Amino acid sequence: MATPSIAVRRPAPSRSPRSGGARAFVERLRSGDEIAHLITLIFAASILFLTAWLVYELWIYCALPRHRFGWGFLATSTWDPVFEHFGALPFIYGTVVTSALGLLIAVPIGVGAAIFLAELAPHAISEALTFLIELLAAVPSVIIGMLGIFVLVPILRTVVQPFLKATLGFLPFFQGPAYGVGFLAAGLILAIMVVPFIISISRGILLAVPMEQREGALALGATKWESTWKVVVPYARSGIMGSVFLALARALGETMAVTMVIGNDPKISASLFAPGYTIAAVIANEFTEATGDLHRQALIELGLVLFFVTMVLNAFARILILLTTRKGTSRE
Amino acid sequence: MSPRLIWRKGVSIVMLSLTGVCALAGVSVLLIILGYLLWYGGKYIDWNFFTQLPKPVGETGGGMANAIVGSAKLLLLAALTGVPVGFLGGVYLSEFGGKTFSFMVRYMTDLLNGVPSIVMGIFAYTVVVLPMRTFSTLAGGLALGAMMIPIAVRSTEEFLHAVPRAMREGAMALGASKWRTISSVVVPAASRGILTAALLALARVAGETAPLLFTAFGNRYWSPGWGQPIASLPVMIFTYAVGPYEDWHRQAWAAGLVLLGLVLITNIVVRTLLSRGTSPQRP
Repeated sequence: MATPSIAVRRPAPSRSPRSGGARAFVERLRSGDEIAHLITLIFAASILFLTAWLVYELWIYCALPRHRFGWGFLATSTWDPVFEHFGALPFIYGTVVTSALGLLIAVPIGVGAAIFLAELAPHAISEALTFLIELLAAVPSVIIGMLGIFVLVPILRTVVQPFLKATLGFLPFFQGPAYGVGFLAAGLILAIMVVPFIISISRGILLAVPMEQREGALALGATKWESTWKVVVPYARSGIMGSVFLALARALGETMAVTMVIGNDPKISASLFAPGYTIAAVIANEFTEATGDLHRQALIELGLVLFFVTMVLNAFARILILLTTRKGTSRE
Repeated sequence: MSPRLIWRKGVSIVMLSLTGVCALAGVSVLLIILGYLLWYGGKYIDWNFFTQLPKPVGETGGGMANAIVGSAKLLLLAALTGVPVGFLGGVYLSEFGGKTFSFMVRYMTDLLNGVPSIVMGIFAYTVVVLPMRTFSTLAGGLALGAMMIPIAVRSTEEFLHAVPRAMREGAMALGASKWRTISSVVVPAASRGILTAALLALARVAGETAPLLFTAFGNRYWSPGWGQPIASLPVMIFTYAVGPYEDWHRQAWAAGLVLLGLVLITNIVVRTLLSRGTSPQRP
């Protein structure tokens, strides 16, 4: 791109190439191009630097528990700040259970709503509903947590949990006293928090499926639902999977709303009624009152674990979404 | 019609209506949240909430004036640090970037966007709080600023990309250097989009609580300067909502209404502005 301008600027080929190159460089420097390029390049590179720095800081600030407990940190289940023994298993368990429960509720509803918005609803209604759902995504998590404490937990304690106990109480998931707070409450809250993401990303991906796919299926005599479920959705499958992984990454890292309803008890229990704890919640609750360096660094190591898991999930999800939307760009 | 066809059509209608129910469920959650906050928040909010400091623990009354000012200070700092970095990074990606390096930066930006906010808090803690030996406005503002960078990068890039090629060519043809073209033609053309997107990013970090817990910490009094712990609305809501006092709960509702109102109004205004005009559709 720059070749023509250099050819014009360089006055005569007889000059030594060094001084010509230098003059062209000075010329471009004066016009600001090189400086602008350099400055913006530095800021773009700062994003890579920032990420690397983040990993470095987390890594060096959890040296104590890494050396003391090794990999056992992830596999033992005693969390005792008094005797300085730290095992992350109850938090990992709590994080996995609440996120899985959240996704179990959010994925069917999210994909269903996305199908409605992309395939069925008239344009104006689809736009309006999507707008509202994106507003739901903008609600701060601390506010959702507050409604969790004041509204959801009492309902769970007095209505939902007694009902589940009476009907499905023979299952190990629905036993024990009904506190309200616990895995069930956290899972429901997480479902509310990730559903908007699944809806808005999946909707975009469904909209990118080429029209011919639908026309082909309908021309073969498929009903509207058959064309959607057997042709359009499979076409968009990996992109929808991507949105689910993004939602999972968010659910794993979600802090405030979960902290407020999880019950804060580092125990592993099969019952969804039992109070538990998640990685993000224990960091939020104990970090400022950590009793010593080992305790604080154990919390930082939990943060590192959370960071790596969400990074890997995000990396995977982005690739899936990238592949699908590129495959589907023919409609644009 | 054969029974088979009736069955298939029936399934189609039932399943499609179910998808409609799903969409309604998503929207109704928002309406329920709004309804509760308007009802309880509206009931408990009063003028003192905006003008008074929190009362000592156990006494009723008082307000959150310091938290409102605190949130404003934190957001100012976040915008001053996050937006310029993100903006210049976005200019690079859109105007100068090569292929591989740009892809790497873009990809890393998306990943950074997905980092849990509590991890950003730990990062700011190790980088700012530990060397300064105190929780501070500075640490909280920088944590929020770091969270704004990825959003600012991607929106800047998106809006610069949407500027028509003909405008750049016109400027170049008049003899403007590339830098002049960008600074006086391309960026002004995209400025409305970039600014509104920055507002949207600000609205997003305004509600963040987790990164502030151990950076800005909290404060029951005014916090002059930038080097002391400072109160903020989201952290106050958290503390008051999980606290044991009835009066705290009432104040938490009021604070929730103020925070949600600010966030949602910003979102509605910005999104309406963006969807009008020539700005590109957001993905």
